Amino acid sequence: MPSLKEFRNRIASVKSTQKITKALQMVAASKLKRAQAAAEAARPYSQRLARVIANLAAAVSGDNAPLLLRGTGRSDVHLVVVMTSERGLCGGFNTQIVRLAREKIQELIAAGKTVKIVAVGKKGRDQLKRQYGAMIVKYVDLSGFRAVNAEAAAIVGELVKDLFAADAFDVATLYFSRFKSVINQTPTAVQLIPAVAPEGVAPPDLKGAVYEYEPNETEILEALLPRYITGQILQGLLENQAGFYGAQMTATDNATRNAGDLIRKLTLRYNRQRQANITKELIEIISGAEAL
Amino acid sequence: MADKLRFALVSPERELFHGEVDHVVVPGSEGEFGVSPEHAPVMSVVKAGALRVFTDGSERRIFVNGGFADVTPEGLTVLAEDAVELADIDAAQLDQQIKNAQEDVRDASGEAARASAQFVLERLEGIRAAMAR
Repeated sequence: MPSLKEFRNRIASVKSTQKITKALQMVAASKLKRAQAAAEAARPYSQRLARVIANLAAAVSGDNAPLLLRGTGRSDVHLVVVMTSERGLCGGFNTQIVRLAREKIQELIAAGKTVKIVAVGKKGRDQLKRQYGAMIVKYVDLSGFRAVNAEAAAIVGELVKDLFAADAFDVATLYFSRFKSVINQTPTAVQLIPAVAPEGVAPPDLKGAVYEYEPNETEILEALLPRYITGQILQGLLENQAGFYGAQMTATDNATRNAGDLIRKLTLRYNRQRQANITKELIEIISGAEAL
Repeated sequence: MADKLRFALVSPERELFHGEVDHVVVPGSEGEFGVSPEHAPVMSVVKAGALRVFTDGSERRIFVNGGFADVTPEGLTVLAEDAVELADIDAAQLDQQIKNAQEDVRDASGEAARASAQFVLERLEGIRAAMAR
């Protein structure tokens, strides 16, 4: 049985841990609100852009289409962009994203493809490094941004586009977590290059009219596609950020509650031990007195 | 003629405006064009300039720093990189900002810093040009 002093120390230590998790939970809760609003505010842009792309992709096809849309025509080298958080204390948030990416990477390797990884966010890089260290071509550190924004997305976007321009890969896929609710984030994969409009996005009904393009389809697409890709990345980053705070809030809330349970149990044991000590001392005194 | 045009202005970070308006003049790359209700479907590149939105006889001028306009039977969507309401801008302040930006371009060390300062300057000058008209 540990001594009373040891009990007191442990209780004090758990209490200070509880204070930290409690504070973190409150910080996450307040940041979550902002992040959630940002993620939801950005959705119209990517949705509308997706519709425009779906529309244009139907009009432009064949060899005239820009490379970003039709790809290189091969699928030998795959670029896997894994977006995770910079910080932990968020339960299984990052692990879920990495698991989805890992499954896909295994599949690709089994099919004989070459895989290159771009890790956005420290946690994902750390998890992937163990197994696929040699495949990580680039690590993007966004910890300098207090909140993700268009600038952060542009950094990742430029990187992907530069790699594509250098013919470093054929297909790029983005992995992130879509924010559904505070307790529900779904790891999602979105193909970036060749650009595809998400399923379920139908071109608008033109009622028989013919679309006019200014200056022309190809030029519009060429200007639009890089933005579409950056837009997708921004959306991913924002969804991830909201999901991260949601997950962190849940995780720290659980931690706070567990710490409370632990404190109650330790206090009970501490008091039992204390009583036992007192009883023991009493017995010693009484039996000492009797012996006299 | 259908009475109102459904118009949405969205930037990557948020939806800036959506609602029903009478008429919008878009600074297209091939020249300005007006969009009224029941306009034929058009898709156009938008260059930096003022977007003029007419509602019930009043006019709002919004600076867009390039983007796309998509006219469908459902309405007009402008996907802008960045947009500012011109009425919110103070001319004197803008001139000061331009002066600061010019200094930034001059003092910038390194290629990347210069490029980003140049970008800021061009945006501000675009806003001034749009205001002057």
